[in-house]
Amino acid sequence: MYFTYIRRELRRRLKQSLVIALGLALGIALVITVSSASAGVKNAQRQVLHSLYGVGTDMTVTRTATRSQVGPQRLRGFGGAPPAGGARHIARSVRHPEPGSATLPASDVAKVSSLSGVAAASGGLVLTDTSFSGVIPSAGGGFGGSGSSTTKPSFSLNSFTVDGVEIGAGAVGPLTRTQVTRGSYFSAADPSASVAIVSATYAHQHGLQVGSTIHVAGKKLKVIGIANVSSGAADVYLPLATAQKLADLKGKITTVFVSVSSASHVSTVAAEVKAALPSPTVSTSADLANEVSGALSSASTLTSSLGRWLSVAALAVAFLVAGLLMMAAVSRRVREFGTLKAIGWRTRRIVAQVVGEGLALGLLGGLVGIAVGIAAAGAISAVAPSLGATVGSSFATGGGFGPLVGGRVAGSGPFGGARTVLVHLTAPLQAHTIAIALGLAVAGGLVAGAFGAWRAARLRPADALRSVG
Amino acid sequence: MYELIDVRKTFKRGPTEVHALDGVDLMVGEGEFLAVQGPTGQGKSTLLLLLGGLDRPTSGRVLFEGRDLAKLQEAELAPLRASAFGFVFQTFNLIPTLTAQENVETALVAARIPVSERRAFALEVLDDLGMADRATHLPSELSGGQQQRVAIARALVKQPRVLLADEPTGNLDEQTRDEIVGLLEQLWRDRGITLVVVTHDSAVARRAQQRAVIENGRVKLPEVTTPAPRGRVVHPSGVSRP
Repeated sequence: MYFTYIRRELRRRLKQSLVIALGLALGIALVITVSSASAGVKNAQRQVLHSLYGVGTDMTVTRTATRSQVGPQRLRGFGGAPPAGGARHIARSVRHPEPGSATLPASDVAKVSSLSGVAAASGGLVLTDTSFSGVIPSAGGGFGGSGSSTTKPSFSLNSFTVDGVEIGAGAVGPLTRTQVTRGSYFSAADPSASVAIVSATYAHQHGLQVGSTIHVAGKKLKVIGIANVSSGAADVYLPLATAQKLADLKGKITTVFVSVSSASHVSTVAAEVKAALPSPTVSTSADLANEVSGALSSASTLTSSLGRWLSVAALAVAFLVAGLLMMAAVSRRVREFGTLKAIGWRTRRIVAQVVGEGLALGLLGGLVGIAVGIAAAGAISAVAPSLGATVGSSFATGGGFGPLVGGRVAGSGPFGGARTVLVHLTAPLQAHTIAIALGLAVAGGLVAGAFGAWRAARLRPADALRSVG
Repeated sequence: MYELIDVRKTFKRGPTEVHALDGVDLMVGEGEFLAVQGPTGQGKSTLLLLLGGLDRPTSGRVLFEGRDLAKLQEAELAPLRASAFGFVFQTFNLIPTLTAQENVETALVAARIPVSERRAFALEVLDDLGMADRATHLPSELSGGQQQRVAIARALVKQPRVLLADEPTGNLDEQTRDEIVGLLEQLWRDRGITLVVVTHDSAVARRAQQRAVIENGRVKLPEVTTPAPRGRVVHPSGVSRP
């Protein structure tokens, strides 16, 4: 009788039932979508931090370059002027630390490792390999003057990022064993071998495979592995000793990657590092997160503030409308409930009937809302929009490369300190989100039912039966 | 069975105060068939609601088997309504979304009869009233007379001691009216229940054993119109004695 009565009554006022259920469904779908998008943004932020920071790293120690150390990179030694009527072909390449950063002695790694609260530390040498090649014609070349060359000037500038990785550093650093998806990781037996691991993106762009050869600083290196790393991570990874040798920075590193034994000790360890080393720049993942700007940062703000408030507002409106509609429905059934009381139904039985109707609508709305929310989250994951996250500021002082390039080039590259990482936004579904959504559906139904039940409980049989039906 | 002592009832209808009953004294004996007649708006339905414990008088006493219904709490009145009183309304008041059988069963839900027994009792009563073949029909699929039969079945299924009918033929045509009144009279004779019918129709009132007229909220002494069932004598005060 109970469920039959509920089912038939909801079918009788189908339009109203659908309004209530769909209102609740909309609120619940929003909750699921926003929660999933928020989780996706958090994943993306984690991905960004990992790509900039290295897996397993809680903080990095670097040293900021002094004013005298900061300046445009210069590719010197192009030889004399080109022969009259001819042209000079030139090619140069340099390896240098990231603009704005200075080197540290490799012994700093041991100092940091010995501090209490440090689980592991490793050194890294973060370099950019910049190559310039081109043709410089004789004076007036290309403009038809007397004695001028007919060759037109042409230049090309290429760069790629190189990370020197401390072999045997375990799970801290810019590259770990598990990230190498093809080929093999570096062997501890030969820490200065002429080998390299390249990122999957770089390998795809340059048609590289395991066994291919690349050139760094004019030296041939064999590709022994291809790694799955985030966008914004380095293109080429070398054993630390090899990178130091090629960059002529023996015994030097640019970064100490630190893993802390407990997340609650990060700030304490950071303070100890600052005390142990001269003029270090210590960046924790929290510091880095604060520096992130760009589309990812906007998405994070959107989901955490606007998205959340929108969900709350939609749910509140849905609950209120459902409650008012249930009250209105009970008002139209005054004679019906009065009759039931007349034939002996207790108030609590009638209240249970009305609450049951509300609960049924809540569950229906919940199921629809969960389905729509899952579909929306799935759509976000399928589209997987790319979001950019920019970290840090430019250290270049302008002027750049002088007459050939001029100015400052922002973004990742040899002349800008800001680094942009691209991540794909997904919206992963989590079990607790679905559980919360179901709970909200039940709550919505109970609220709607409670509104109606309150009205029904206050009915006096005589007044109900006197009302004109 | 019933004794009403100086019962008054006033209620508000919008801004207006309505004096429905203005000092009613009435006795209804067990097993009697009483018709309360009067024009519309004279307090007939209000009197019925008081007899069924659905309303409380503004003043006075409504005694049912010695208990003052006006003083009982809702928790005490609900079981009485579930077992002792059966109601039949002018507008039938069937639940529109339930079938004829399910409507009859609603009267047994309050009595906490098990589901299987409820169905059997409901079908039995519908069969007695000639409605067994319409058991699975919704009220919208039944005629007025059929709906009233279902309403009567709902009132009778719990075997009440009192059947209270408020204008049971008010919405019916003449032929159906006679059928329904005849049915009620038959039930009164066969089952010995106490039957109180409120009506403005003299043709219906004439079928009752006793007739009381209500005017301006007051009841005139009942007049015996029909011989009592065998073995009963109707006292002029309205109380019948074996």
